[in-house]
Amino acid sequence: MLPGEAEFSNLRERRYIPPMTPLTTVRIQREGFDASAEAARLTRGRTDIGALVTFTGICRGAEAGEPIEALTLEHYPGMAEAEIERHVAEAVARWPLMGVTVIHRYGRIAPGEDIMMVAAASSHREAAFSAAEFLMDYLKTRAPFWKQVEKAGATGWVEAKAADDSAAERWAKAAGRDAAE
Amino acid sequence: MTITLRYFAWVRERIGKPDEVVEVPAGIGTVGELMTWLASRGEEYAHAFENPAIIRAAIDRSHVKAQAPIGSAREIAFFPPMTGG
Repeated sequence: MLPGEAEFSNLRERRYIPPMTPLTTVRIQREGFDASAEAARLTRGRTDIGALVTFTGICRGAEAGEPIEALTLEHYPGMAEAEIERHVAEAVARWPLMGVTVIHRYGRIAPGEDIMMVAAASSHREAAFSAAEFLMDYLKTRAPFWKQVEKAGATGWVEAKAADDSAAERWAKAAGRDAAE
Repeated sequence: MTITLRYFAWVRERIGKPDEVVEVPAGIGTVGELMTWLASRGEEYAHAFENPAIIRAAIDRSHVKAQAPIGSAREIAFFPPMTGG
């Protein structure tokens, strides 16, 4: 994002113009990651950040009482990165963020392993909480990833939840645009 | 018009391949019309597109609705609702 670009991204309300380009990272990868090291990277060496919100999605070992052997995530290479980068840019335009990191894994993931993370850094908590939640809600419904679950040797595709769609829609309402677009 | 089609998750499994290059017949203008045409290409396609209302689509890696015109698309993808995060 260029300096001042945020000013034009939505004319419905006055927008914060970041004093400098926030540090943004988007990675789609097969291998694991260290969520705390990634979060620490956003704040290291600076004193202007007063709030850091991190969310880590972790593979559970059971669902509805049935043990899960593993999850396998399929993704659409190229589009997954582009879609997440679009939403990171939107978050940066909407909130006064100093840093955003999104990492999402694909491939086979065992219970207890991290699947993905979102971190948002800002001077105050409201922007960091809102941006992290906004990114999570959009990741769930718009980032091209599909989970397959292995239970007792059988595999099945995880079904999308209507609750995830309504969680994402509230952000579109707040911005005054069509959620499905 | 020649377009690369890509399929993901159970759409890919039902059709039995991850991608293919097709010659789209004249008269097919929208993504929804393309789904209808694909569904007529055989049992595996009919199975994949049996409920087109739930199938999501992307043109050149951007989400689109079924009413979207194909235009000069190079790559069109079809997939179930996403379940990442």
